[in-house]
Amino acid sequence: MDLTDDNIALSEDEEEEITAEVVLKTLQSAWQNERLAPEILPHRNDMVECMLGQIQHMERNINKLPKTDLRATIHKMELSRIKFIICNYLKTRLSKIEKYCIPILNEERQRVESGTNFLTPMEYKYAQEYLLNMENHMKTVVLDKMPGNMQMFESNKMAEHPNMQSHVFLKANETINGVVLEDLAGEDEEIDLEEGSQHILQYKPIADLVKNGKVQLI
Amino acid sequence: MFAEKVIELLKEAERNPVTIDPFNDDKIRQILEEMQTLFRMNMNDANATTENKSLWTTVQVRHSALERNKRCLLAYLYSRMAKIKTLRWEFGAILPADVRELLSDDEYEWFTKYSMNLASYMRSLGQDIGYNGIDLTENLKPPKSLYIEVLCMADYGKLELEDGDVILLKKNSRHFLPTSECQTLIRQGILKQIS
Repeated sequence: MDLTDDNIALSEDEEEEITAEVVLKTLQSAWQNERLAPEILPHRNDMVECMLGQIQHMERNINKLPKTDLRATIHKMELSRIKFIICNYLKTRLSKIEKYCIPILNEERQRVESGTNFLTPMEYKYAQEYLLNMENHMKTVVLDKMPGNMQMFESNKMAEHPNMQSHVFLKANETINGVVLEDLAGEDEEIDLEEGSQHILQYKPIADLVKNGKVQLI
Repeated sequence: MFAEKVIELLKEAERNPVTIDPFNDDKIRQILEEMQTLFRMNMNDANATTENKSLWTTVQVRHSALERNKRCLLAYLYSRMAKIKTLRWEFGAILPADVRELLSDDEYEWFTKYSMNLASYMRSLGQDIGYNGIDLTENLKPPKSLYIEVLCMADYGKLELEDGDVILLKKNSRHFLPTSECQTLIRQGILKQIS
């Protein structure tokens, strides 16, 4: 019943075996990145679903144990921690989706076409519905009662953008050479990140490194 | 002064950053009226600008006032929406009557739609692997311990726990319950954590 020696097949056709421990680690770092990055990151629904399956499996095992068994209590605690991570991860994404829904939807439309979507289909649907509701609400309450030339819902004016210039703490998972930092004066600076080193940098130049997993936000 | 009322409206809303105030229907109506007046004045003068160029500045000032009114009204609605959203996470899909009164009918409708959208998203979670969805409004705080001691604040009646045990929640009774199962009741104010 130990988490670590359970092997689970991630997808049946590929027969790719990964351990529950790896799934949990990946999920934890995805959660950490999502919490710290100003913008929305590509979803890790595969990991979430995998973990949920694992939780189900463990819950069934726990229920077989007598209620007073110490192991049951410890495992239950562990499960509630994992559940918290999943819930908080999904919730963080939702609140970003709500906050930045206009730019996210605009960018996502192009990403869906190229198949590199950041949102899960359900998140995408949620965002569209959310924006529609907001627009309708504003229209019925005030916009429709305004003079003719003021009635437009100007989504570009309503849009709120994530602050890509904010600074983040990060740790390099591998050595990365030639990260270009833009200077306000227009003088670009190139730096190398050593494997395992930690830095404070602006989010924008390292945004892609976060998305492909080369650095971890801390 | 143009757009004075809308500033009053925003200041009022700002004074109370956490909780929600009653929807200020009256003031919003006045602001919308001001906008209509400004608009009418502008229409008249805009037609006259062909002969009298000096009116042009007046028209522009009024137009800025109109835009300002619009922007501030939307900001008012937007900030209220943000507060209404937190209500959904705190109280669930059904609002207590005293909170419900603070929302306008349109806002309540928006709340219902938001709530439905959220619910259908949460239901979809994990559906592929046989879950009935996950309630994200639970597990709001990191789990510290499995069981907590709670004091019952009202006569609630019977509560069936996940393991099948049934307990009776009576006013002023104390219980030692699984954390995960009393979060909702704590938020509704029926239980109070005492440990």
